[in-house]
Amino acid sequence: MIEPNPQGEVWIFAEQEDEHLSETSLELCGKARQLADTLGVKVGAVLAGWNVRELSYRLIAHGVDRVYYVHDTNLEYYRTLPYARVMCQLIAKHRPQIVLYGATPLGRDLAPRIASEMRAGLTADCTDLQIGEYTDIKTKKQYTNLLYQIRPAFGGNIIATIINFDRWPQMATVREGVMPLGNGDPRRSGQIIEEQVQFNDFDLALKLIERHREKKKVNLKGARIIVAGGGGVGSKENFKLIHDLAGALGGAVGASRAAVDGGFISKEHQIGQTGTTVRPALYVACGISGAVQHRAGMEESAKIIAINWDRNAPIFGVAHYGIVGDINKVIPMMIKAIKERA
Amino acid sequence: MAYDSIVCVKQVPDTANITGEAMKADGTVNRAALPAIFNPDDLHALEAALDVRDRFGGTVTAVTMGPPNACEVLRECLYRGADRAILISDRRAAASDTLATSYILSCAVRRIGRYDLVFCGRQAIDGDTAQVGPQLAEKLGIPQVTYLEAVTELSGRTIRVRRNVGNGWEIIEGRLPVLLTVLDTGYVPRPAAAKRVMRMKKARAAMEIGMELSKTIADAAEREKEQARRVQSLKKAGLLIEQWDLDEVKADLQWCGMAGSPTKVHRVQSIVLTKEGYTEIPATPEGVKQMIHELIVDHTIG
Repeated sequence: MIEPNPQGEVWIFAEQEDEHLSETSLELCGKARQLADTLGVKVGAVLAGWNVRELSYRLIAHGVDRVYYVHDTNLEYYRTLPYARVMCQLIAKHRPQIVLYGATPLGRDLAPRIASEMRAGLTADCTDLQIGEYTDIKTKKQYTNLLYQIRPAFGGNIIATIINFDRWPQMATVREGVMPLGNGDPRRSGQIIEEQVQFNDFDLALKLIERHREKKKVNLKGARIIVAGGGGVGSKENFKLIHDLAGALGGAVGASRAAVDGGFISKEHQIGQTGTTVRPALYVACGISGAVQHRAGMEESAKIIAINWDRNAPIFGVAHYGIVGDINKVIPMMIKAIKERA
Repeated sequence: MAYDSIVCVKQVPDTANITGEAMKADGTVNRAALPAIFNPDDLHALEAALDVRDRFGGTVTAVTMGPPNACEVLRECLYRGADRAILISDRRAAASDTLATSYILSCAVRRIGRYDLVFCGRQAIDGDTAQVGPQLAEKLGIPQVTYLEAVTELSGRTIRVRRNVGNGWEIIEGRLPVLLTVLDTGYVPRPAAAKRVMRMKKARAAMEIGMELSKTIADAAEREKEQARRVQSLKKAGLLIEQWDLDEVKADLQWCGMAGSPTKVHRVQSIVLTKEGYTEIPATPEGVKQMIHELIVDHTIG
């Protein structure tokens, strides 16, 4: 752990694979920028890999002031221990006050290892981060400018705000797609600082024998937000609306059987008794009447928005928010409202 | 060559089946109203450990940390084939975050002593953090492989495993000992064996016996005597679930419980689940904007 260091930078771990930055890393850049501006400090990013210096410019464009770049053949493919070595060494050296990771499979593997080695706190799967204050009930001691690490817990039934006031850095993994992804400004300038890290035999103990990556598949089970379209969407061309709304929300695209049978989208997107059963945090049903077979696959969603022209559609029976109207008008309104939120 | 495995399991409230009845009037979750279950991923971790034992020989020791009731999941481990079960229970461990929990578990693993493999479920459904496995590996000073789907090869001190990283898979090779966190997609947990259930259903930890006796014997001295007698007879029958407190695992208290936990809960808001009809939103820009605003406020969208 490091001592609380209010002058420390706000850091992100820049996740890259096959020379591509993860989208979540760029989302984190924007959030880190916001937090750092509130605190009056700089944003740092740790970029580790082999021949990936070029990626620094994208990080800078998205709000990073200093990229700490570690170039080493041992870092070509992600492995927990050498990457943890990089992070622990750089955290000890530069003493950032906040370190953020994407809550990706990689981030959720790496961050706890680092937290344990640093004996620092870590909050998983945050959906929001804010700067706030805290008064210790027992000691009456006041702390200002702490990181509020806000996350759903207990199967999404409660929202907890977690703080860490003494064993820094304050670290969190952040859910994919919940922070808005900015456009980036290629004119922004920043520093690239090259760092060297030594690895020992233990760090390199595990060998990657074989590695296989698939093109991004439909992952309905893991999606926090799903936007699904039904027969009411009308055509394959019009299904673009559903993709657009899913894009704006950072969610996955689902479909009812009517949409799949109509050829609007492939079967792997089907939700319902014969398709996938899902329970996301938010389910937006667009032009879906809500046959019982479909409802069985989605009615456990934490929040359901139903949009349908037919006031009597059964989908409204499981909805939390209902909009009686034309999806061709309502969806663009939603996209506009989402884009304007910040 | 035989391998000794330790599997860490957890008893959790069944958060997947929270209904209106489990919510209190103030909108908070009534934990007592929720059934306690075997954390789903941990069943797959147990199966992975049992599978290694069935193929190569060795032992499987199940460990859990929690109140005496958590013995229910330990008995389930015994029913399915675990050789030994250990309960870590101590009031001073309450309010431990993942870091303190992994520290306490590492002390328990050290007390067990000899081991080749440590298995954990990927994550528990009450917290969904997936942090205890990697943190336990770090505390033990051994490598971790997360998201395990299969142990593909094991020969001598070398292990090969297949892990699923969501958008693909990897084969990883390493030397024992190693900690593995197990997904629910690789192994199919075996059911409890009827013969083992018959034999093991009487298995108890000392604390459980104490709780049972407190209902029937009022006199403290007499109760203690009876407890000691029952513990002895269970031990003789091989049905005693071992029970260790923080002193017995030589845990340094500054790293346990509230004191050992860097993360503190500042505030908890409940999502009220009671659903009486839906909120009708007018199909206008203002109506839609208001709805999006509400979803941002309650953290449904970022």
